[in-house]
Amino acid sequence: MPELRTETMTVNMGPQHPSTHGVLRLVLELDGEQILSASPTIGYLHTGIEKTAEQKKWQQVIPLVERMDYLSAQSNSTAFCLSVERLLGVELPERVKNIRILLAELQRINSHLVWLGTHGMEVGAVSVMLYCFRERELLLNINEMIAGFRLFPSYVRVGGLREDLPRGFHDAVRAFLERMPGKLDEYEDLLTKNEIYLKRTQGVGVISNDDAIAWGLLGPIARAAGVDYDVRKVFPYLGYETYDFAVPTQTAGDAYSRYKVRVAEMRESMKICRQALDRITPRGEYAIADPKITPPPKDRVYTEMEALIQHFLIYSQGFTVPVGEAYVPIEGPRGEQGFYVVSDGTNRPWRVKSRAPSLLACQALERLIVGGLIADVIAVIGSIDVVMGDVDR
Amino acid sequence: MDAAALVASLQQAVPDATFEPVPTVDLHPTVFVSRDHLVAVARVLRDAPDLQFAFLAEVTAADYWPREPRYEVVYVLVSLAHKHRLRMKVRLHGSDAHLATVSGIWPAANWLEREVWDLFGIVFDGHPDPRRLLMPEDWEGFPLRKDSPVQIRRPPHTTEPLQVTAEEFRTNVERDRLSREQL
Repeated sequence: MPELRTETMTVNMGPQHPSTHGVLRLVLELDGEQILSASPTIGYLHTGIEKTAEQKKWQQVIPLVERMDYLSAQSNSTAFCLSVERLLGVELPERVKNIRILLAELQRINSHLVWLGTHGMEVGAVSVMLYCFRERELLLNINEMIAGFRLFPSYVRVGGLREDLPRGFHDAVRAFLERMPGKLDEYEDLLTKNEIYLKRTQGVGVISNDDAIAWGLLGPIARAAGVDYDVRKVFPYLGYETYDFAVPTQTAGDAYSRYKVRVAEMRESMKICRQALDRITPRGEYAIADPKITPPPKDRVYTEMEALIQHFLIYSQGFTVPVGEAYVPIEGPRGEQGFYVVSDGTNRPWRVKSRAPSLLACQALERLIVGGLIADVIAVIGSIDVVMGDVDR
Repeated sequence: MDAAALVASLQQAVPDATFEPVPTVDLHPTVFVSRDHLVAVARVLRDAPDLQFAFLAEVTAADYWPREPRYEVVYVLVSLAHKHRLRMKVRLHGSDAHLATVSGIWPAANWLEREVWDLFGIVFDGHPDPRRLLMPEDWEGFPLRKDSPVQIRRPPHTTEPLQVTAEEFRTNVERDRLSREQL
Protein backbone atom coordinates (compact mmCIF):
# COMPACT_ATOMS: atom_id res chain seq x y z
CA MET A 1 0.00 0.00 0.00
CA PRO A 2 1.49 3.39 -0.94
CA GLU A 3 2.20 5.88 1.80
CA LEU A 4 -0.70 8.23 2.45
CA ARG A 5 0.10 11.82 1.57
CA THR A 6 -1.46 14.56 3.67
CA GLU A 7 -1.27 18.25 3.06
CA THR A 8 -2.81 21.36 4.48
CA MET A 9 -5.20 23.38 2.42
CA THR A 10 -5.20 27.15 2.08
CA VAL A 11 -8.64 28.65 1.62
CA ASN A 12 -9.70 32.18 0.89
CA MET A 13 -12.71 33.21 2.93
CA GLY A 14 -14.13 36.44 1.62
CA PRO A 15 -13.85 39.24 0.67
CA GLN A 16 -17.31 38.59 -0.73
CA HIS A 17 -18.38 36.01 1.82
CA PRO A 18 -21.84 36.94 3.14
CA SER A 19 -20.98 36.36 6.78
CA THR A 20 -17.86 38.50 6.89
CA HIS A 21 -19.96 41.61 7.56
CA GLY A 22 -18.78 43.48 4.54
CA VAL A 23 -15.48 42.82 2.91
CA LEU A 24 -13.16 41.07 5.32
CA ARG A 25 -10.87 38.55 3.68
CA LEU A 26 -9.43 35.69 5.69
CA VAL A 27 -6.70 33.43 4.34
CA LEU A 28 -7.16 30.24 6.31
CA GLU A 29 -4.75 27.34 6.43
CA LEU A 30 -6.73 24.21 7.17
CA ASP A 31 -5.87 20.74 8.33
CA GLY A 32 -9.15 19.04 7.60
CA GLU A 33 -11.68 21.02 9.59
CA GLN A 34 -9.13 22.56 11.92
CA ILE A 35 -7.62 26.00 11.43
CA LEU A 36 -3.82 26.09 11.60
CA SER A 37 -3.33 29.75 10.77
CA ALA A 38 -5.43 32.68 9.74
CA SER A 39 -4.46 36.04 8.35
CA PRO A 40 -7.14 38.71 8.01
CA THR A 41 -6.68 41.07 5.08
CA ILE A 42 -8.47 44.39 5.33
CA GLY A 43 -8.58 47.65 3.41
CA TYR A 44 -11.25 46.85 0.82
CA LEU A 45 -13.47 49.62 2.21
CA HIS A 46 -10.68 52.14 2.78
CA THR A 47 -12.12 55.43 1.58
CA GLY A 48 -9.61 57.88 3.03
CA ILE A 49 -12.13 59.65 5.24
CA GLU A 50 -9.35 60.96 7.47
CA LYS A 51 -7.64 62.60 4.50
CA THR A 52 -10.92 63.97 3.18
CA ALA A 53 -11.77 65.41 6.59
CA GLU A 54 -8.63 67.55 6.46
CA GLN A 55 -10.03 69.35 3.41
CA LYS A 56 -13.44 70.07 4.95
CA LYS A 57 -14.68 72.67 7.41
CA TRP A 58 -15.35 71.45 10.94
CA GLN A 59 -19.11 71.12 10.51
CA GLN A 60 -18.69 69.34 7.18
CA VAL A 61 -16.70 66.56 8.85
CA ILE A 62 -19.76 65.32 10.78
CA PRO A 63 -21.45 63.53 7.84
CA LEU A 64 -18.08 61.94 7.03
CA VAL A 65 -17.44 60.54 10.48
CA GLU A 66 -21.00 59.24 10.69
CA ARG A 67 -20.24 57.04 7.71
CA MET A 68 -17.17 55.46 9.28
CA ASP A 69 -18.93 53.05 11.59
CA TYR A 70 -22.18 52.95 9.70
CA LEU A 71 -24.10 51.16 12.45
CA SER A 72 -23.37 53.75 15.13
CA ALA A 73 -23.67 57.06 13.32
CA GLN A 74 -24.84 59.10 16.29
CA SER A 75 -22.07 57.74 18.53
CA ASN A 76 -19.49 58.77 15.95
CA SER A 77 -20.81 62.29 15.60
CA THR A 78 -21.18 62.65 19.37
CA ALA A 79 -17.57 61.55 19.88
CA PHE A 80 -16.31 63.92 17.20
CA CYS A 81 -18.34 66.87 18.51
CA LEU A 82 -17.19 66.26 22.08
CA SER A 83 -13.54 66.41 20.99
CA VAL A 84 -14.08 69.62 19.00
CA GLU A 85 -16.11 71.18 21.80
CA ARG A 86 -13.32 70.39 24.22
CA LEU A 87 -10.93 72.33 21.97
CA LEU A 88 -13.42 75.19 21.70
CA GLY A 89 -13.88 75.14 25.46
CA VAL A 90 -17.65 75.41 25.34
CA GLU A 91 -20.02 74.05 27.97
CA LEU A 92 -23.22 72.49 26.67
CA PRO A 93 -26.70 73.16 28.10
CA GLU A 94 -28.06 70.36 30.28
CA ARG A 95 -30.89 69.61 27.86
CA VAL A 96 -28.49 69.06 24.94
CA LYS A 97 -26.44 66.64 27.00
CA ASN A 98 -29.54 64.63 27.90
CA ILE A 99 -30.72 64.51 24.29
CA ARG A 100 -27.28 63.36 23.15
CA ILE A 101 -27.32 60.62 25.78
CA LEU A 102 -30.77 59.52 24.67
CA LEU A 103 -29.69 59.42 21.01
CA ALA A 104 -26.45 57.59 21.82
CA GLU A 105 -28.29 54.94 23.80
CA LEU A 106 -30.94 54.48 21.09
CA GLN A 107 -28.03 54.11 18.66
CA ARG A 108 -26.48 51.46 20.87
CA ILE A 109 -29.75 49.49 20.88
CA ASN A 110 -29.95 49.96 17.12
CA SER A 111 -26.42 48.66 16.59
CA HIS A 112 -26.89 45.72 18.95
CA LEU A 113 -30.13 44.80 17.17
CA VAL A 114 -28.34 44.59 13.83
CA TRP A 115 -25.60 42.60 15.50
CA LEU A 116 -28.04 40.19 17.14
CA GLY A 117 -29.97 39.73 13.93
CA THR A 118 -26.99 39.03 11.69
CA HIS A 119 -25.16 36.94 14.27
CA GLY A 120 -28.28 34.88 14.92
CA MET A 121 -28.81 34.34 11.23
CA GLU A 122 -25.22 33.23 10.68
CA VAL A 123 -25.49 30.50 13.27
CA GLY A 124 -28.81 29.36 11.88
CA ALA A 125 -31.53 31.32 13.67
CA VAL A 126 -32.98 33.19 10.68
CA SER A 127 -36.16 34.32 12.40
CA VAL A 128 -34.16 36.35 14.94
CA MET A 129 -32.94 38.55 12.12
CA LEU A 130 -36.43 39.30 10.93
CA TYR A 131 -37.58 40.17 14.45
CA CYS A 132 -34.56 42.38 15.19
CA PHE A 133 -34.92 44.33 11.97
CA ARG A 134 -38.60 44.83 12.75
CA GLU A 135 -37.71 46.68 15.98
CA ARG A 136 -34.80 48.48 14.35
CA GLU A 137 -37.26 49.95 11.89
CA LEU A 138 -38.86 51.88 14.76
CA LEU A 139 -35.49 53.38 15.66
CA LEU A 140 -34.86 54.36 12.06
CA ASN A 141 -38.28 56.00 12.03
CA ILE A 142 -37.24 58.07 15.05
CA ASN A 143 -34.10 59.10 13.17
CA GLU A 144 -36.20 60.05 10.20
CA MET A 145 -38.42 62.09 12.48
CA ILE A 146 -35.60 64.16 13.98
CA ALA A 147 -33.50 64.67 10.87
CA GLY A 148 -35.12 63.35 7.73
CA PHE A 149 -32.34 60.78 7.41
CA ARG A 150 -32.65 57.22 8.60
CA LEU A 151 -29.09 55.96 8.88
CA PHE A 152 -26.90 59.07 9.06
CA PRO A 153 -28.99 61.85 10.62
CA SER A 154 -26.11 64.40 11.14
CA TYR A 155 -28.34 65.72 13.90
CA VAL A 156 -25.59 66.13 16.49
CA ARG A 157 -23.60 69.25 15.62
CA VAL A 158 -20.66 71.05 17.14
CA GLY A 159 -22.18 73.24 19.84
CA GLY A 160 -25.37 71.26 20.27
CA LEU A 161 -27.95 69.88 17.89
CA ARG A 162 -29.10 70.95 14.47
CA GLU A 163 -32.60 71.95 15.54
CA ASP A 164 -35.10 71.35 18.29
CA LEU A 165 -36.84 68.02 18.76
CA PRO A 166 -39.82 67.52 16.45
CA ARG A 167 -43.41 67.25 17.67
CA GLY A 168 -44.26 63.71 18.69
CA PHE A 169 -40.67 62.75 19.50
CA HIS A 170 -41.43 61.87 23.11
CA ASP A 171 -44.40 59.74 22.11
CA ALA A 172 -42.39 57.85 19.50
CA VAL A 173 -39.50 57.10 21.87
CA ARG A 174 -41.87 56.18 24.68
CA ALA A 175 -43.78 53.82 22.42
CA PHE A 176 -40.52 52.16 21.44
CA LEU A 177 -39.38 51.85 25.06
CA GLU A 178 -42.69 50.27 26.01
CA ARG A 179 -42.59 47.78 23.20
CA MET A 180 -38.93 46.81 23.36
CA PRO A 181 -38.60 44.88 26.69
CA GLY A 182 -41.21 42.33 25.60
CA LYS A 183 -39.49 41.94 22.27
CA LEU A 184 -36.11 41.41 23.94
CA ASP A 185 -37.72 38.60 25.95
CA GLU A 186 -38.90 37.19 22.66
CA TYR A 187 -35.34 37.14 21.24
CA GLU A 188 -34.06 35.58 24.40
CA ASP A 189 -36.74 32.90 24.18
CA LEU A 190 -35.38 32.06 20.75
CA LEU A 191 -31.69 31.98 21.65
CA THR A 192 -30.67 31.99 25.32
CA LYS A 193 -31.63 28.37 26.01
CA ASN A 194 -31.66 27.15 22.45
CA GLU A 195 -29.67 23.93 22.35
CA ILE A 196 -28.30 24.56 18.86
CA TYR A 197 -27.31 28.12 19.66
CA LEU A 198 -25.59 27.04 22.87
CA LYS A 199 -23.63 24.35 21.01
CA ARG A 200 -22.54 26.84 18.37
CA THR A 201 -21.42 29.57 20.77
CA GLN A 202 -20.43 28.18 24.17
CA GLY A 203 -16.67 27.76 24.51
CA VAL A 204 -16.12 29.23 21.05
CA GLY A 205 -13.73 32.11 20.44
CA VAL A 206 -12.62 32.34 24.06
CA ILE A 207 -10.43 35.26 25.10
CA SER A 208 -9.12 35.76 28.60
CA ASN A 209 -9.39 38.84 30.75
CA ASP A 210 -5.72 39.88 30.36
CA ASP A 211 -5.62 39.15 26.64
CA ALA A 212 -8.67 41.29 26.02
CA ILE A 213 -6.92 44.25 27.68
CA ALA A 214 -3.58 43.61 25.96
CA TRP A 215 -5.26 43.42 22.54
CA GLY A 216 -7.22 46.61 23.20
CA LEU A 217 -10.66 45.04 22.99
CA LEU A 218 -12.24 47.10 25.75
CA GLY A 219 -15.98 47.09 25.21
CA PRO A 220 -18.53 44.28 25.15
CA ILE A 221 -15.81 41.75 24.27
CA ALA A 222 -13.74 42.55 27.37
CA ARG A 223 -16.83 42.81 29.56
CA ALA A 224 -17.77 39.29 28.46
CA ALA A 225 -14.35 38.21 29.74
CA GLY A 226 -14.87 39.92 33.09
CA VAL A 227 -13.16 43.30 32.59
CA ASP A 228 -15.43 45.73 34.41
CA TYR A 229 -14.56 48.76 32.29
CA ASP A 230 -17.10 51.10 30.77
CA VAL A 231 -16.08 54.62 29.75
CA ARG A 232 -19.49 55.86 30.89
CA LYS A 233 -18.64 54.80 34.44
CA VAL A 234 -14.88 55.26 34.62
CA PHE A 235 -14.44 58.51 32.66
CA PRO A 236 -18.00 59.92 32.56
CA TYR A 237 -18.91 62.38 29.84
CA LEU A 238 -22.15 64.27 29.06
CA GLY A 239 -23.30 63.73 32.64
CA TYR A 240 -23.55 59.92 32.62
CA GLU A 241 -22.56 59.99 36.29
CA THR A 242 -26.06 61.31 37.12
CA TYR A 243 -27.75 58.31 35.52
CA ASP A 244 -28.57 55.06 37.24
CA PHE A 245 -27.46 52.03 35.23
CA ALA A 246 -25.36 48.90 35.66
CA VAL A 247 -22.47 47.56 33.58
CA PRO A 248 -23.26 43.94 32.77
CA THR A 249 -20.30 41.56 32.79
CA GLN A 250 -19.74 37.85 32.25
CA THR A 251 -16.69 35.74 32.96
CA ALA A 252 -16.43 33.03 30.33
CA GLY A 253 -15.18 35.28 27.51
CA ASP A 254 -16.73 33.12 24.77
CA ALA A 255 -19.20 34.00 22.03
CA TYR A 256 -22.14 33.10 24.24
CA SER A 257 -21.13 35.49 27.03
CA ARG A 258 -20.72 38.26 24.45
CA TYR A 259 -24.31 37.59 23.46
CA LYS A 260 -25.42 37.75 27.10
CA VAL A 261 -23.51 40.98 27.69
CA ARG A 262 -24.97 42.72 24.65
CA VAL A 263 -28.54 41.69 25.43
CA ALA A 264 -28.11 42.91 29.01
CA GLU A 265 -26.61 46.15 27.66
CA MET A 266 -29.72 46.75 25.60
CA ARG A 267 -31.82 46.50 28.76
CA GLU A 268 -29.52 48.94 30.58
CA SER A 269 -29.64 51.32 27.61
CA MET A 270 -33.41 51.33 27.81
CA LYS A 271 -33.15 52.19 31.49
CA ILE A 272 -30.94 55.18 30.60
CA CYS A 273 -33.30 56.19 27.79
CA ARG A 274 -36.26 56.29 30.16
CA GLN A 275 -34.38 58.49 32.63
CA ALA A 276 -33.18 60.77 29.83
CA LEU A 277 -36.63 61.08 28.32
CA ASP A 278 -38.07 62.20 31.65
CA ARG A 279 -35.45 64.94 31.92
CA ILE A 280 -35.88 66.29 28.38
CA THR A 281 -38.55 68.94 27.94
CA PRO A 282 -40.39 68.84 24.59
CA ARG A 283 -39.11 72.30 23.69
CA GLY A 284 -36.12 74.24 24.92
CA GLU A 285 -32.47 74.99 24.31
CA TYR A 286 -30.93 72.84 21.61
CA ALA A 287 -27.54 74.50 21.13
CA ILE A 288 -25.16 76.90 22.80
CA ALA A 289 -25.90 80.58 22.22
CA ASP A 290 -22.56 81.45 20.62
CA PRO A 291 -23.20 83.23 17.32
CA LYS A 292 -19.67 82.37 16.15
CA ILE A 293 -20.28 78.61 16.35
CA THR A 294 -24.00 77.91 15.98
CA PRO A 295 -26.19 79.58 13.35
CA PRO A 296 -28.94 81.90 14.64
CA PRO A 297 -32.59 80.76 14.44
CA LYS A 298 -34.27 81.25 11.09
CA ASP A 299 -36.83 83.84 12.22
CA ARG A 300 -33.99 86.11 13.32
CA VAL A 301 -32.08 85.55 10.08
CA TYR A 302 -35.08 86.84 8.13
CA THR A 303 -35.62 89.91 10.28
CA GLU A 304 -32.23 91.08 11.64
CA MET A 305 -29.18 92.21 9.72
CA GLU A 306 -26.65 90.91 12.30
CA ALA A 307 -28.26 87.48 12.36
CA LEU A 308 -28.15 87.33 8.57
CA ILE A 309 -24.43 88.19 8.60
CA GLN A 310 -23.75 85.52 11.21
CA HIS A 311 -25.73 82.98 9.24
CA PHE A 312 -23.77 83.82 6.09
CA LEU A 313 -20.40 83.67 7.85
CA ILE A 314 -21.08 80.29 9.46
CA TYR A 315 -22.29 78.67 6.27
CA SER A 316 -19.57 80.14 4.03
CA GLN A 317 -16.49 80.16 6.27
CA GLY A 318 -17.42 77.99 9.23
CA PHE A 319 -15.86 78.69 12.58
CA THR A 320 -12.28 78.54 13.77
CA VAL A 321 -11.08 76.25 16.52
CA PRO A 322 -8.16 77.19 18.82
CA VAL A 323 -4.80 75.49 18.27
CA GLY A 324 -4.50 72.24 20.18
CA GLU A 325 -5.37 68.59 20.29
CA ALA A 326 -8.13 66.69 22.04
CA TYR A 327 -9.33 63.12 22.40
CA VAL A 328 -12.53 62.57 24.36
CA PRO A 329 -13.31 58.87 24.76
CA ILE A 330 -16.90 57.68 24.76
CA GLU A 331 -18.45 54.24 25.09
CA GLY A 332 -19.61 53.32 21.62
CA PRO A 333 -21.61 50.19 20.85
CA ARG A 334 -18.35 48.36 20.07
CA GLY A 335 -16.18 49.69 22.88
CA GLU A 336 -14.09 52.71 23.62
CA GLN A 337 -14.44 55.10 20.75
CA GLY A 338 -13.17 58.60 20.20
CA PHE A 339 -11.65 61.08 17.81
CA TYR A 340 -8.13 62.42 18.13
CA VAL A 341 -8.57 65.88 16.70
CA VAL A 342 -5.78 68.38 16.00
CA SER A 343 -6.49 71.97 15.12
CA ASP A 344 -4.07 74.54 13.70
CA GLY A 345 -6.38 77.43 14.53
CA THR A 346 -8.16 77.61 11.17
CA ASN A 347 -11.64 76.64 10.05
CA ARG A 348 -10.51 73.18 8.89
CA PRO A 349 -9.18 70.30 11.00
CA TRP A 350 -5.46 69.59 10.73
CA ARG A 351 -5.86 65.93 11.63
CA VAL A 352 -8.83 63.74 12.48
CA LYS A 353 -8.18 60.21 13.67
CA SER A 354 -10.89 57.82 14.70
CA ARG A 355 -10.18 55.25 17.36
CA ALA A 356 -11.80 52.26 15.73
CA PRO A 357 -12.76 49.43 18.11
CA SER A 358 -13.54 47.18 15.14
CA LEU A 359 -9.97 47.43 13.86
CA LEU A 360 -8.63 45.98 17.09
CA ALA A 361 -11.35 43.31 17.17
CA CYS A 362 -10.33 42.35 13.66
CA GLN A 363 -6.69 42.19 14.70
CA ALA A 364 -7.51 39.82 17.53
CA LEU A 365 -9.64 37.64 15.27
CA GLU A 366 -6.66 35.47 14.32
CA ARG A 367 -6.05 34.69 17.96
CA LEU A 368 -9.69 33.75 18.51
CA ILE A 369 -10.10 31.33 15.63
CA VAL A 370 -6.75 29.51 15.30
CA GLY A 371 -7.04 26.01 16.70
CA GLY A 372 -10.79 25.99 16.30
CA LEU A 373 -13.00 24.54 13.60
CA ILE A 374 -13.85 26.27 10.36
CA ALA A 375 -17.55 26.33 11.19
CA ASP A 376 -16.78 28.34 14.32
CA VAL A 377 -15.13 31.12 12.32
CA ILE A 378 -18.57 32.41 11.36
CA ALA A 379 -19.80 32.36 14.94
CA VAL A 380 -16.66 34.17 16.13
CA ILE A 381 -16.72 36.89 13.45
CA GLY A 382 -20.35 37.46 14.32
CA SER A 383 -19.72 37.58 18.04
CA ILE A 384 -16.94 40.21 17.94
CA ASP A 385 -19.23 42.51 15.94
CA VAL A 386 -16.81 43.99 13.41
CA VAL A 387 -18.10 46.70 11.10
CA MET A 388 -15.82 46.90 8.11
CA GLY A 389 -16.56 50.58 7.57
CA ASP A 390 -15.02 51.19 10.97
CA VAL A 391 -12.06 48.88 10.32
CA ASP A 392 -11.04 50.49 7.03
CA ARG A 393 -12.41 54.02 7.36
CA MET B 1 -2.42 61.74 38.34
CA ASP B 2 -1.23 65.00 36.80
CA ALA B 3 1.61 65.37 34.35
CA ALA B 4 4.18 66.57 36.92
CA ALA B 5 3.70 63.60 39.26
CA LEU B 6 3.80 61.25 36.30
CA VAL B 7 7.01 62.70 34.93
CA ALA B 8 8.63 62.54 38.36
CA SER B 9 7.70 58.90 38.67
CA LEU B 10 8.94 58.09 35.16
CA GLN B 11 12.16 60.07 35.54
CA GLN B 12 13.01 58.01 38.59
CA ALA B 13 12.49 54.75 36.72
CA VAL B 14 14.27 55.79 33.49
CA PRO B 15 16.88 58.40 34.54
CA ASP B 16 18.48 58.85 31.07
CA ALA B 17 15.31 59.73 29.21
CA THR B 18 14.03 63.27 28.77
CA PHE B 19 10.39 64.05 29.46
CA GLU B 20 8.63 67.21 28.44
CA PRO B 21 5.10 67.70 29.80
CA VAL B 22 2.86 70.02 27.78
CA PRO B 23 -0.50 71.57 28.78
CA THR B 24 -3.67 69.92 27.48
CA VAL B 25 -7.36 70.67 27.35
CA ASP B 26 -8.74 67.12 27.74
CA LEU B 27 -8.27 64.49 30.43
CA HIS B 28 -4.96 63.28 29.04
CA PRO B 29 -1.80 64.61 30.65
CA THR B 30 0.58 64.85 27.70
CA VAL B 31 4.27 64.05 27.79
CA PHE B 32 6.86 64.14 25.03
CA VAL B 33 9.34 61.27 25.32
CA SER B 34 12.71 61.04 23.60
CA ARG B 35 12.72 58.47 20.84
CA ASP B 36 15.67 56.41 22.07
CA HIS B 37 14.07 55.61 25.40
CA LEU B 38 10.59 54.84 24.12
CA VAL B 39 10.63 51.10 24.79
CA ALA B 40 12.14 51.45 28.25
CA VAL B 41 9.56 54.08 29.16
CA ALA B 42 6.75 51.97 27.72
CA ARG B 43 7.81 49.02 29.82
CA VAL B 44 7.82 51.12 32.98
CA LEU B 45 4.42 52.56 32.10
CA ARG B 46 2.93 49.11 31.74
CA ASP B 47 4.62 47.38 34.67
CA ALA B 48 5.26 49.94 37.43
CA PRO B 49 2.71 49.29 40.20
CA ASP B 50 1.79 52.97 40.56
CA LEU B 51 1.18 53.36 36.79
CA GLN B 52 -0.09 50.08 35.26
CA PHE B 53 -1.03 51.46 31.86
CA ALA B 54 -2.14 48.05 30.59
CA PHE B 55 -4.45 49.29 27.85
CA LEU B 56 -3.04 50.95 24.75
CA ALA B 57 -6.03 52.72 23.27
CA GLU B 58 -4.47 54.31 20.26
CA VAL B 59 -1.30 54.72 18.23
CA THR B 60 -1.46 57.41 15.62
CA ALA B 61 0.59 60.20 14.11
CA ALA B 62 0.18 63.73 12.90
CA ASP B 63 2.19 65.42 10.18
CA TYR B 64 3.07 69.09 10.79
CA TRP B 65 4.80 69.63 7.43
CA PRO B 66 6.57 71.93 6.56
CA ARG B 67 7.64 72.40 10.19
CA GLU B 68 10.56 70.29 11.45
CA PRO B 69 10.48 67.92 13.30
CA ARG B 70 7.43 67.25 11.20
CA TYR B 71 5.94 64.08 12.69
CA GLU B 72 4.46 63.44 16.10
CA VAL B 73 3.63 59.85 16.97
CA VAL B 74 0.89 59.71 19.60
CA TYR B 75 0.16 56.91 22.06
CA VAL B 76 -3.01 57.04 24.16
CA LEU B 77 -2.75 54.91 27.28
CA VAL B 78 -5.29 53.96 29.92
CA SER B 79 -4.64 52.57 33.36
CA LEU B 80 -7.61 50.45 34.38
CA ALA B 81 -6.28 49.88 37.88
CA HIS B 82 -5.81 53.57 38.73
CA LYS B 83 -8.40 55.01 36.35
CA HIS B 84 -6.20 57.54 34.65
CA ARG B 85 -5.15 58.26 31.13
CA LEU B 86 -2.01 59.48 29.43
CA ARG B 87 -0.99 60.74 26.03
CA MET B 88 2.63 59.98 25.19
CA LYS B 89 4.16 61.62 22.14
CA VAL B 90 7.39 61.24 20.21
CA ARG B 91 8.78 63.85 17.81
CA LEU B 92 10.37 62.66 14.58
CA HIS B 93 12.29 64.47 11.84
CA GLY B 94 11.16 63.97 8.27
CA SER B 95 14.60 62.76 7.15
CA ASP B 96 14.87 60.28 10.02
CA ALA B 97 11.32 59.02 10.54
CA HIS B 98 11.77 55.79 12.43
CA LEU B 99 11.28 54.65 16.02
CA ALA B 100 11.14 51.40 17.96
CA THR B 101 8.01 49.29 17.96
CA VAL B 102 6.03 48.81 21.19
CA SER B 103 4.15 45.79 19.88
CA GLY B 104 6.25 43.58 22.17
CA ILE B 105 4.77 45.42 25.15
CA TRP B 106 1.21 46.00 23.99
CA PRO B 107 0.19 43.45 21.31
CA ALA B 108 -2.58 45.83 20.22
CA ALA B 109 0.11 48.11 18.76
CA ASN B 110 0.78 45.68 15.91
CA TRP B 111 -1.91 46.80 13.47
CA LEU B 112 -2.03 50.35 14.79
CA GLU B 113 1.67 50.77 13.96
CA ARG B 114 1.15 49.13 10.60
CA GLU B 115 -1.52 51.70 9.88
CA VAL B 116 0.83 54.55 10.81
CA TRP B 117 3.53 53.10 8.52
CA ASP B 118 0.98 52.66 5.76
CA LEU B 119 -0.42 56.19 5.88
CA PHE B 120 2.58 58.24 7.07
CA GLY B 121 5.63 56.19 6.10
CA ILE B 122 7.02 56.18 9.63
CA VAL B 123 9.13 53.06 10.11
CA PHE B 124 8.74 51.02 13.28
CA ASP B 125 12.06 49.24 13.89
CA GLY B 126 11.67 45.61 14.88
CA HIS B 127 8.01 45.42 13.92
CA PRO B 128 7.00 41.75 13.47
CA ASP B 129 4.92 42.33 10.34
CA PRO B 130 5.90 45.55 8.56
CA ARG B 131 3.41 45.49 5.67
CA ARG B 132 0.84 47.98 4.47
CA LEU B 133 -2.51 47.61 6.21
CA LEU B 134 -5.18 49.68 4.48
CA MET B 135 -3.68 50.79 1.16
CA PRO B 136 -3.01 48.38 -1.71
CA GLU B 137 0.34 46.57 -1.47
CA ASP B 138 1.69 48.24 -4.61
CA TRP B 139 0.71 51.75 -3.57
CA GLU B 140 3.43 54.37 -3.92
CA GLY B 141 3.64 57.17 -1.39
CA PHE B 142 2.00 57.75 1.96
CA PRO B 143 -1.43 59.37 1.67
CA LEU B 144 -1.82 61.09 5.04
CA ARG B 145 1.41 63.08 4.68
CA LYS B 146 0.56 66.71 4.20
CA ASP B 147 2.66 66.92 1.02
CA SER B 148 0.75 64.02 -0.50
CA PRO B 149 -1.91 65.12 -3.01
CA VAL B 150 -5.57 64.75 -2.16
CA GLN B 151 -6.65 63.46 -5.55
CA ILE B 152 -4.57 61.41 -7.98
CA ARG B 153 -5.49 59.26 -10.91
CA ARG B 154 -3.56 56.13 -11.74
CA PRO B 155 -4.34 53.13 -13.92
CA PRO B 156 -5.58 50.07 -12.01
CA HIS B 157 -3.29 47.06 -11.79
CA THR B 158 -5.93 44.43 -11.37
CA THR B 159 -6.21 42.93 -14.83
CA GLU B 160 -2.70 41.54 -15.38
CA PRO B 161 -2.87 38.02 -16.87
CA LEU B 162 -1.53 35.04 -14.98
CA GLN B 163 2.18 34.85 -15.75
CA VAL B 164 2.66 31.18 -16.69
CA THR B 165 4.27 30.06 -19.95
CA ALA B 166 2.85 27.20 -22.00
CA GLU B 167 5.83 25.08 -21.00
CA GLU B 168 5.28 25.68 -17.26
CA PHE B 169 1.60 24.97 -17.64
CA ARG B 170 2.29 21.54 -19.19
CA THR B 171 4.80 20.72 -16.44
CA ASN B 172 2.30 21.64 -13.75
CA VAL B 173 -0.40 19.45 -15.26
CA GLU B 174 2.03 16.55 -15.54
CA ARG B 175 3.17 16.97 -11.92
CA ASP B 176 -0.40 16.99 -10.68
CA ARG B 177 -1.16 13.81 -12.63
CA LEU B 178 1.89 12.05 -11.17
CA SER B 179 1.02 13.03 -7.63
CA ARG B 180 -2.50 11.71 -8.10
CA GLU B 181 -1.17 8.42 -9.41
CA GLN B 182 1.08 8.10 -6.35
CA LEU B 183 -2.05 8.17 -4.22
